[in-house]
Amino acid sequence: MAAIFQGVGAAAALPSSPSYSFDSNKSVFSPRRSFSVRKGASFAVVRSDGTVNLNPKDRRAQLLISNAVATKADSAAASSSSKPGHELLLFEALLEGLEEEMERDPHVCVMGEDVGHYGGSYKVTKGLAKKFGDLRVLDTPIAENSFTGMGIGAAMTGLRPVVEGMNMGFLLLAFNQISNNCGMLHYTSGGQFTIPIVIRGPGGVGRQLGAEHSQRLESYFQSIPGIQMVACSTPYNAKGLMKAAIRSENPVILFEHVLLYNLKERIPDEDYICNLEEAEMVRPGEHVTILTYSRMRYHVMQAAKTLVNKGYDPEVIDIRSLKPFDLFTIGNSVKKTHRVLIVEECMRTGGIGASLTAAITENFNDYLDAPIMCLSSQDVPTPYAGTLEEVTVVQPAQIVTAVEQLCQ
Amino acid sequence: MALSHLASSSPSRSANLLKPLSSAISLRRPISTDTTPITVETSVPFTAHQCEAPSRTVQTNAKELATFFRDMVVMRRMEIAADSLYKAKLIRGFCHLYDGQEAVAVGMEAALTKKDCIITSYRDHCTFVARGGTLLEVFAELMGRQAGCSKGKGGSMHFYKKDSNFYGGHGIVGAQVPLGCGLAFAQKYCKDEAVTFALYGDGAANQGQLFEALNISALWDLPAILVCENNHYGMGTAEWRAAKSPAYYKRGDYAPGLKVDGMDALAVKQACAFAKEHALKNGPIILEMDTYRYHGHSMSDPGSTYRTRDEITGVRQERDPIERIRKLILSHDLSTDKELKDIEKEVRKEVDDAIAQAKENPVPEPSELFSDVYAKGLGVESFGADRKEVRATLA
Repeated sequence: MAAIFQGVGAAAALPSSPSYSFDSNKSVFSPRRSFSVRKGASFAVVRSDGTVNLNPKDRRAQLLISNAVATKADSAAASSSSKPGHELLLFEALLEGLEEEMERDPHVCVMGEDVGHYGGSYKVTKGLAKKFGDLRVLDTPIAENSFTGMGIGAAMTGLRPVVEGMNMGFLLLAFNQISNNCGMLHYTSGGQFTIPIVIRGPGGVGRQLGAEHSQRLESYFQSIPGIQMVACSTPYNAKGLMKAAIRSENPVILFEHVLLYNLKERIPDEDYICNLEEAEMVRPGEHVTILTYSRMRYHVMQAAKTLVNKGYDPEVIDIRSLKPFDLFTIGNSVKKTHRVLIVEECMRTGGIGASLTAAITENFNDYLDAPIMCLSSQDVPTPYAGTLEEVTVVQPAQIVTAVEQLCQ
Repeated sequence: MALSHLASSSPSRSANLLKPLSSAISLRRPISTDTTPITVETSVPFTAHQCEAPSRTVQTNAKELATFFRDMVVMRRMEIAADSLYKAKLIRGFCHLYDGQEAVAVGMEAALTKKDCIITSYRDHCTFVARGGTLLEVFAELMGRQAGCSKGKGGSMHFYKKDSNFYGGHGIVGAQVPLGCGLAFAQKYCKDEAVTFALYGDGAANQGQLFEALNISALWDLPAILVCENNHYGMGTAEWRAAKSPAYYKRGDYAPGLKVDGMDALAVKQACAFAKEHALKNGPIILEMDTYRYHGHSMSDPGSTYRTRDEITGVRQERDPIERIRKLILSHDLSTDKELKDIEKEVRKEVDDAIAQAKENPVPEPSELFSDVYAKGLGVESFGADRKEVRATLA
């Protein structure tokens, strides 16, 4: 049963960011998982298969949306009857999540270049230095290798640093620290040390930023054992993932995207987190599974509009968890649609799409009616010229063509 | 100190009866409990950079000297035993031995508490033992057995002991120095009033991340002490071929430095105590320990292609750390030669027993391959990729 959305739900706020190439209706498709929570007490968690784990003492759980998939009209009504929430931009959502965690736990500190007095080059840490002081929001010199190492060393003692790479590409200088110390210390010490560090920063192809500032590091870090990688794409999951990453005992790398910082969305007022290992069902469908993450989600949703007009019913999943993959959600989708298209911003060679293709083929080969298609960026350094840069990444028209090809 | 046992007093009494009357009349107390202060001068004075050198005169006592002697003998014996085990193919991979450098580990430990952190690179067996590790943990880890300090999954280069703030054990040289500055940052953050000693070698002293970390530590006033264990050779490359300026204690530039005779345990102790006091008040300081390793860089390096055997035997005769303490003990009449030899025999047996125990120990279970990759209990109601296993619930 295809459910097609056009402006459902008064609660869904429409973002107004005309400079981006995605459709302003996109927020309609993001499912609401409202958690009603007493601060500091146990959560009620809604899983994407619809079952709910309720805290029997919490009466407000009655108002919980029992089906997190936004197919039914009454779910929109339910979400509008809960607290209205507040509207903010993605970078503000990250800031809110970070600030709440810093208030909650004095062990959380932030270090990075220009995060303190300057407020962060993308304003994700704006105002924190004034609020929490110089010892908790630390301006570092330009020394990624050592301040990442220092963050890891501090994490070994129990502190929870959030290390910011001003651009993800700069973290290549800290690769040794991230791979050998961050990922492996828990194992090589026989479990003695945990490294509850969060490494975050913006990456991805921006607007003519040049080759060295348009890197996608998720493909380089994906084989490091012992780390978790997540990519945020909406203000809702940005705040949720930031909080979950800080609370996690494992090292988490949170990939943000340079072009997504000004997305606007209405998010709940209550305390909530997003599960680090779960994928997000953006738009349920029947004909083909489209797996994507970060900025490409918006290109996919734009293509989805065209596809729907042409009569196709794509199921769009934002995988969010880049390591480990949420094979449960992905698998259920593959079993339903039997066709998979992966749309990613990584390069063709050795990217997240390549690993995901292998993982799906290994686990769900019997359910596939056609070979998996993977649309990735070209294997080239990102050129400066705008026209060339556009061709480097996957565009909605290519996604439409790919789906038509797959569904023949 | 975890390693010192009381030397039994009965042999000394029987020895007294056989000795000439003069020494019998001296009525020595058993060496290992005597705490009357003894003043000793270090072998050479300290050389300072941007600070006032501490005095050459060190206060010690018989108990401390006995502890030094015994601990260093244990370390020496342990490393030599590891050499034999490696040649017998019970230890594989890389094995970097510390014999010759024992005074640094022992002297440093005497100046610190267990609240202070130590982090070093791969030549970590003796530092681990100085921090309270047992011989069984060492040999079991070297042989890859379950009783090892890292459950057999780390190996020679990855010894850690969290409860005594020993942070390893790192294979990539230089990377431990930023980690060490991070430990110092955490100590300042939590107001611990403790310091971190980040050890590295003359080879790693040329790593850029060292200077980055030193810069940040000096900016943020962190209680970090960077200790260069200068054994003059970075594997096969002599220090003058690797560093334009081999005065490692001066290379901190704006950070003060001290050059110490690393073969003299008392000098090391004095310098470390001085450095701790300095770092708590004024931020980072660099210590250069002038020391020497008898073995090659690792077991696969004979150690004689880039230096002469005469040089090695020369150092062993003139500067050996154990011999220095032995001479000190004998010249102050704190013990007899025979007693010291008895201690050595006892240690040898202890090491052999530990090896035998480690050999009996089983190898890790196959399921251990997958344990400790991630910390369980992530704090949310979360599942594994197949949704069959509930990991934890948030509370």
